[in-house]
Amino acid sequence: MALGSWKENTTRKIMAKLTIDGVEVETQERDLPLLWFLRDHLQKTGTRYGCGRGLCGACTVLVDGQAVRSCQLPVAALEGRQITTIEGLGANEEHPLQKAWQDHKVPQCGYCQGGQILSAVSLLAAKPHPTDEELDAVMAGNICRCGTYPRIRKAIQSVAGGEK
Amino acid sequence: MNNCRAIDRRDFLKFTGLSSAGLIFGMHLGAQEESADRLAPDLFVSLEPDGTIHIVAHRSEMGTGIRSVLPMVVADELGARWEDVRIVQATGDAKYGSQNTDGSRSIWRFYDRMLLAGATAGQMLSQAAAARWGVGPETCQRRDSQVIHEPSKRRIAFKELIAEAAALPVPNAENLVYKDPKERQYIGKGGALVDFKDIVHGKAVFGADIRLPDMLFAVIDRSPVHGGTARQFDATAAMAVPGVQSVETIAPFKGVHAFQALGGVAILATHSHAAIQGRNQLQTQWNASPHDDYDSEAYRSALLETASEGGKVVRQKGDYAKAIERLKKHEASYYVPHLLHEPMEPPVATADYRDGQCLIWAPTQNPQAAQSTVAAALGIPPEKVIVRVTLLGGGFGRKSKPDYVAEAAILSKQAGRPVQVLWTREDDIRHDYFHSVAAVRVEAGVDDDGYPQAWRMCTVFPSISSTFAEKVTHASAGEMSMGFNDLPFDIPHLLCENGEALAHVRIGWLRSVANIQHAFAIHSFIDELAMAAGIDPVTYLNRVLGPDRVLDLKAEGADYQNYGGPYATYPVDTARLKAVLNTAAKSADWGQPTPKGVGHGIAVHRSFLSYIAIALRVRVTDGKVQVEQADVAIDCGLAVHPDRVQSQMEGSVVFGLSLAMMGGVTMSRGQVNESNFHDAPVARMADANMPIRVTILPSQAPPGGVGEPGVPPFAPALCNAIAAATGKRIRSLPIADHDLSQA
Repeated sequence: MALGSWKENTTRKIMAKLTIDGVEVETQERDLPLLWFLRDHLQKTGTRYGCGRGLCGACTVLVDGQAVRSCQLPVAALEGRQITTIEGLGANEEHPLQKAWQDHKVPQCGYCQGGQILSAVSLLAAKPHPTDEELDAVMAGNICRCGTYPRIRKAIQSVAGGEK
Repeated sequence: MNNCRAIDRRDFLKFTGLSSAGLIFGMHLGAQEESADRLAPDLFVSLEPDGTIHIVAHRSEMGTGIRSVLPMVVADELGARWEDVRIVQATGDAKYGSQNTDGSRSIWRFYDRMLLAGATAGQMLSQAAAARWGVGPETCQRRDSQVIHEPSKRRIAFKELIAEAAALPVPNAENLVYKDPKERQYIGKGGALVDFKDIVHGKAVFGADIRLPDMLFAVIDRSPVHGGTARQFDATAAMAVPGVQSVETIAPFKGVHAFQALGGVAILATHSHAAIQGRNQLQTQWNASPHDDYDSEAYRSALLETASEGGKVVRQKGDYAKAIERLKKHEASYYVPHLLHEPMEPPVATADYRDGQCLIWAPTQNPQAAQSTVAAALGIPPEKVIVRVTLLGGGFGRKSKPDYVAEAAILSKQAGRPVQVLWTREDDIRHDYFHSVAAVRVEAGVDDDGYPQAWRMCTVFPSISSTFAEKVTHASAGEMSMGFNDLPFDIPHLLCENGEALAHVRIGWLRSVANIQHAFAIHSFIDELAMAAGIDPVTYLNRVLGPDRVLDLKAEGADYQNYGGPYATYPVDTARLKAVLNTAAKSADWGQPTPKGVGHGIAVHRSFLSYIAIALRVRVTDGKVQVEQADVAIDCGLAVHPDRVQSQMEGSVVFGLSLAMMGGVTMSRGQVNESNFHDAPVARMADANMPIRVTILPSQAPPGGVGEPGVPPFAPALCNAIAAATGKRIRSLPIADHDLSQA
């Protein structure tokens, strides 16, 4: 215990300031990947660990509206940026994609779905009417081991307009 | 008093056979604690004065919807409005009967029991209302959380009746009157799943979301070779990582590993990332293991050789040896590598040990096994271990083995603080309970029309039994009963054998288990025979399945386990196999001509008491395989929640696609070569962007399993389609290992 306290006292670092779900947050944990800052420091556990290497998308958040893998991003790199987590996305009003996900009964286990939804938000922000290829390309970053892909597809297309 | 009642009901059940599952698995049918202001006549249901109806979910939710669907059966029989129901997730406790959410059996084992729970409480409410109104209880109906008397247009809310109903004696099971199926509100129709809203808002609680005061996070260094033990370690660099608090060793498992903690060196830290970083800095030297030489290439050759030699006979009829002499012989060998579970949530568990008791929070498929495993690991009685079940971020069989729960408990006791054990993805892949690597050899003699008259097959793989006993050389009866000794083809001369294989890693069940290798071999081979005969595979299969009949497997020496289901209720029925086969073919427009590079493939398989056929349309372009359309037909008896049946079929197609196209790990020098999703990939959106059409055959037969049986027919259907598209036959998985660019 004593060893731990000593280390914390001597590791003085410049504070990083970032905005998470509309709230400004300050921290010394500049090198910590955002994923773990969210989960362990802010108790925002909706952002999930799946691989730790940016391969699976379970940790997806929005940074200034764009989907990124939070396990790969140190907190210091996010200074001054707007971060939206799955908890923040529908905090005031349920996002149309969150509703579509329920209407199409997308989830099975549900573990990856927060990341899937945020990737879909990012996709539709950039391409309001994505082609199949554009949808595949963007959503390829998010693995669903339960295999809910057909319903994810339908849910996104329903919001993009013109359900197939 | 409760015990007396339980015995009464058990005796009743014994005589009527209404719910044999309850007897086999020691279900306690006693009532809940009785209280004046609530109605709790059954273990699974209680009604509160504010109108809330609590229904216990005793099975684990890993994506099938079971946490909602079994309670929906209670609600339907009770007449509850679904919005009034609150689900109570059960802790691990023998009183519920088996909680091992595995083997695709939650519905068929507990459907009757859930009806009984709903009927018991419902009948008391009907009686209370009828007494008020001075009418016969049989003239009352229940729906929308009300008792309704149609003739007099009277209705009353359940909550108004609680005091009067609670004063009534609990009806005996033999006196219960069940609803007419026409009155059903949820069964066969479905209803909203309770966790969807939390899931899409990031509020659902999975294993790693548990936070306790003073809790430490632990990441463990385990031997890269199975059975290796730590010789020495240097934690200097690990301890220098900010946040790392301590290092603890976990003793190696004793005897056969079963569900024990593997053992190793744990880094405990104030935060998850610090524990991961600390573990990565740890330098551990491992002692030699008897499995240091395990090598996938050498093992594969040995399995294939054993399969060609034959082995223990597990089913036999006619005289294969004699018959084959006069027939044209075909033969082929098939191979499936070790497969991974790779749930999106890797294993994780939280334990708080203090004063001889241990509280656990874990995403576990089997809270009762977690309870007994933790008790054994800590040397405390099982009743001192309470296991709370979180949502599971995928299970697929991995999370019915609670080794990771034992790790958390051991570390909490050693550290004197609550501990959450995290597995990284690398840990998950390297220390899985792998699906058996397997070789299956099939030979058949065909008549002048090209149809098989003699069939011999030999399957060889390290058995799951090796996880529970020393020196296991042969498969268990359960494994032989998974798509092997229940071969449904109408062939007069049959010989089914099982060769010897020793395990060198932990072997465990993976979604659909030994059906994977058996369905792959059998349904590929039958397609090869059809192609050799120049006959359409659907026509061929209809003839090979033979006349409508129920198989008499016992007569042919098969020790058939039937997934634990009574054979009289759930026989192997060829009429049902042909029905799903022809339904899937019709759905797929089978027989239409296809352009070059495009082919159709089909396979039909019974497992987990359900019948499923999958037809695929596949395009092969420049060696790249793309599934363009999947048509699934399922006969699972009564489909209690059709949408979740459909979603399980969709998921099974994608799961099957992953294992067929890119599944498998390899071992060199006893160690797993792969480590994360880049080299142990699973299907992504672009791999699985095809439409999946699911047809559920209407049936009033008793419900069968749904979670697993969609997986086995996929791989052979895919390889059959590739053969149709290219002429190239794939006999080993994964398909990604084969070069199809010249095909």
